[in-house]
Amino acid sequence: MLSPELGHYALALACVLAAAQGLIPLIGASRRDARLMALAPGLAIGQMIALGVSFLSLIYAAVTDDFSVQNIAENSAVSKPLLYKITGVWGNHEGSILLWALILGLCGAAVAAFGRNLPSALRARVIAVLGLVATGFELFCLTTSDPFARIWPAPMDGQGMNPLLQDPGLAFHPPILYTGYVGFAVPFAFAIAALIEGRVDAAWGRWVRPWAVAAWCFLTCGIAMGSWWSYYVLGWGGYWFWDPVENASLIPWLTGTALIHSAIVVEKREALKIWTVLLAIATFSFSLSGTFLVRSGILNSVHAFANDPARGVFILGLLGVVIGGSLALFAYRAPTLTAGGLFAPISREGALVLNNILLCSLCAVVLTGTMYPPFMSLLFDRTISVGKPFFDATTIPLALPLFIFMGFGPMLPWKRAQLWPVLQKLWLAAIVAALACAVAVFELSGLLAILCAAAALWVIAASVTDLAERTRLFRAPVATSIQRARMLPRAIIGTAIAHAGVGITVLGLAAMSQAQHKIVEVPIGTTEQLAGYDWTLKAVKQEPGPNYTAMVATLEVRRNGRLVTVMRPSKRSFNSQNQTTTDVAIHTNMLADLYGVLGDRHGPDTNPTYVLRLHYNPLAPWMWLGALIMAFGGALSLSDRRMRIGAPQRAKPTPASSSVS
Amino acid sequence: MTRKTRRLWLVLACVACLGTAAALILRAFSSDIVFFVTPSQVEASPPPADRTVKLGGMVVAGSVKREKHGETPVATFAVTDGQAAVTVHYEGILPDLFREGQSVVAIGTVQPSHGFVASEVLAKHDETYMPKEVAEALKKSGKWDPRFGPPPSAASWNSMTIQDASKTLSAPAAAH
Amino acid sequence: MTTPSDNLTRRRLLMALPLAGAGVAGVAFWKMLDGMEHGSFNPHDINAPVLDRPVPDFTLAPLPPAEGFTTQNLQQLDKPVLVNFFASWCIPCLAEMPTLMTLKDKLTMWGIAYKDKPENTASFLRHSGNPFTRLGDDHTGRAGIEWGISGVPETFLVGAGGIIRWHTAAPLTDQTINKVLLPLVQRLQTP
Repeated sequence: MLSPELGHYALALACVLAAAQGLIPLIGASRRDARLMALAPGLAIGQMIALGVSFLSLIYAAVTDDFSVQNIAENSAVSKPLLYKITGVWGNHEGSILLWALILGLCGAAVAAFGRNLPSALRARVIAVLGLVATGFELFCLTTSDPFARIWPAPMDGQGMNPLLQDPGLAFHPPILYTGYVGFAVPFAFAIAALIEGRVDAAWGRWVRPWAVAAWCFLTCGIAMGSWWSYYVLGWGGYWFWDPVENASLIPWLTGTALIHSAIVVEKREALKIWTVLLAIATFSFSLSGTFLVRSGILNSVHAFANDPARGVFILGLLGVVIGGSLALFAYRAPTLTAGGLFAPISREGALVLNNILLCSLCAVVLTGTMYPPFMSLLFDRTISVGKPFFDATTIPLALPLFIFMGFGPMLPWKRAQLWPVLQKLWLAAIVAALACAVAVFELSGLLAILCAAAALWVIAASVTDLAERTRLFRAPVATSIQRARMLPRAIIGTAIAHAGVGITVLGLAAMSQAQHKIVEVPIGTTEQLAGYDWTLKAVKQEPGPNYTAMVATLEVRRNGRLVTVMRPSKRSFNSQNQTTTDVAIHTNMLADLYGVLGDRHGPDTNPTYVLRLHYNPLAPWMWLGALIMAFGGALSLSDRRMRIGAPQRAKPTPASSSVS
Repeated sequence: MTRKTRRLWLVLACVACLGTAAALILRAFSSDIVFFVTPSQVEASPPPADRTVKLGGMVVAGSVKREKHGETPVATFAVTDGQAAVTVHYEGILPDLFREGQSVVAIGTVQPSHGFVASEVLAKHDETYMPKEVAEALKKSGKWDPRFGPPPSAASWNSMTIQDASKTLSAPAAAH
Repeated sequence: MTTPSDNLTRRRLLMALPLAGAGVAGVAFWKMLDGMEHGSFNPHDINAPVLDRPVPDFTLAPLPPAEGFTTQNLQQLDKPVLVNFFASWCIPCLAEMPTLMTLKDKLTMWGIAYKDKPENTASFLRHSGNPFTRLGDDHTGRAGIEWGISGVPETFLVGAGGIIRWHTAAPLTDQTINKVLLPLVQRLQTP
């Protein structure tokens, strides 16, 4: 059956298979030996199956409460609900590395399964690079963080899990986020394969883009989920803390966004080739180093991980091999690649280049802010911290031009464009943005918030205009418009939707800068006023839960005397772990969140007072809704016939091929 | 448009964006970086009132007062580094691990008439954070064995008496 | 005019830039990790380091029967002494004691009982063994403030002339002692 030993064995087997997957196809490709190259898909799928067995064994051990496995004993308990027994498997360091390896194995198998139309040498090399990376991580897993280590004697019960982590949002957050991170291994492998081959062309751009877009969708969802979790679990009403853990996910997101845009230029115009290769390498490198540097404890994070410098040395060595090796290959091979053409600044490709420059500047800013404290501490022995004020002051001014150009970009034709016709098409969007600006001046305070709100509406309006123009909405009969909409490539609709999603998120962020909050200490029966609502503390009761006791407050919210909602924020004390968690109550009408937190109890038992934290968060749900819309746009463009993985063929070097787009 | 002008455009765009980024970073570094200061530094040269700093030190024993201004809970306490003490005002809920005689970090501004007005107060030892070395040491010395329950929380390190400690000491010994 | 080979060299240099950047970052991270292992770099530390500064002025009550000590005693040192802040109410201190006991023969250790009752200190040392040759009682926590400790246990290595040579805010472990502390003591003793 699925015993931990079987899991351990399967992991070791996967490691050997990954090494074979990394070496044999590479040798085969360099010798042009079709038999060796043909082994690649089989090895990749075999490695994935071995990892799957290994992972299932760990889940099985968790579900059957096998506390002789150290990892389970330290993180699980008999009383834990089944869902958290399963999801708890990846809630700790060892399990999460195994999940990481499993997703990497899945990526390799996906390339093997969907990459049938790739040239055999390219496919063999891509799978081989994935295999080499996987070997490193499986070795890391086996040598320094073995999830299957046994302890003897086995305890009767495990230590249980941090109650803060017992949350459905957090349970599914890591797999999605990791899929985003690890997914960028595929574009990375394509980049390395192209460098080995010494050839980057339009077809390469077309092959790499769907993988990058898929990984980007997952990363977008992962970041949004993480932010939502900190919003409703941590009870501070904050959604983004510019914490190193969060920045570690934002940096690859920024370079990944640049990558999916620059790959378009490679595909359509055979330009920006070397740059795109570098972006693919950089995105995966940032994914890797971000997550792992946070775990080594170098970056000072509020999210506590077990810091272990010794483990960090192994990680650093691994990062050195993967990142250093790939950049060395880049330095060696990239100068010999044929450079792409240059193009006019006012054109679609010009706009895409501008997008890349701005995204990379943003990335540089975030990177600087994140790395500055440890470097200052290392070089000058000065302890400083870089927080929200720094990032607000630096990122917003750089993001604003990005939003403005986002409106034009998709409407500019390729090669050479005139600005004036595009501006004429966008007059309505410009009016909307100007109106929004005028409204914002009255509604919002703070120059940056006003500009952000206007830019957000500009982006949304421009995206809608783009679709309306392409379908000739309101200018042609409705039937024609519908017909044109049907014929419209899904990639174009996806772009417009994703861009509108950015606008919605930014609108939410701008509105959230106006959030109001109040901390009060009041006896029962008091009514507080905040943002036009009357919040009345009706009662506080003790209620027992399965493994905790909760202090539950009943909070009535009225507006102009009419009952809006009854909120029940609570504070749970977990008996076994000597811990308390706050359970936030959130009421949303999609335009604003009412957010209530119950704090400590003070004063005598006869007349106690309670600390309450009340928030009014305008447009808060839009921030995450926008991210979901972005990911949906990405997924929609993935379903485009032309983007379908493996469908395109490498263009034949005939003059006729230039007309095929 | 010649190849040269096109390249010039590209280089100009790069320089403009990265230059702006660098300028923004430098500007923010001069105003938005939060420095750690000690009470004696505050005494000697108070930072400007609009400058956010992190004040680190120990809470003077007996200096903590919790009051209510209207309905807002306000805590007042003194933070010292031995040479000087600074009075800190904080509106809000003090962290659970905030204790007299222990280190705190207060984030806020120095107001000429009001002393230090904190927007956030952090107790240095937080409950969930158990330094790896501590966990290892506890395990090695037999004070705590992962097989017999969760580690003692940071809060209890300080409140545990020698009797409690010897209890935890003898419990695993008896089980062996 | 640039020749094609010039152009290629320039391109080569340009393309090697990312590698160079990653290399610099890698070396820095390696130094940080190394420092974290040796206790010389701690990104979570809030205090300005006290390294290579003279010991502060402080006064301690003695804890009979052991001899107490003062700033002057530390300033007159000719060989390194380990100064350890501990308390009977602190579990990590208790955890640290066996390690200190093994270190007793290799290094002189002076202890400071931080915010503790003398009788509790005495029973603590009876229970866990006494590695200290001199003992001071910092009942009020005043000396702790002068030294700038953030909690207990904290350990300082004071070299000749009363200069603080090393400092850690975490319990001492065998690894730190063998890898960092003892080699440092060796170096300080052989000028």
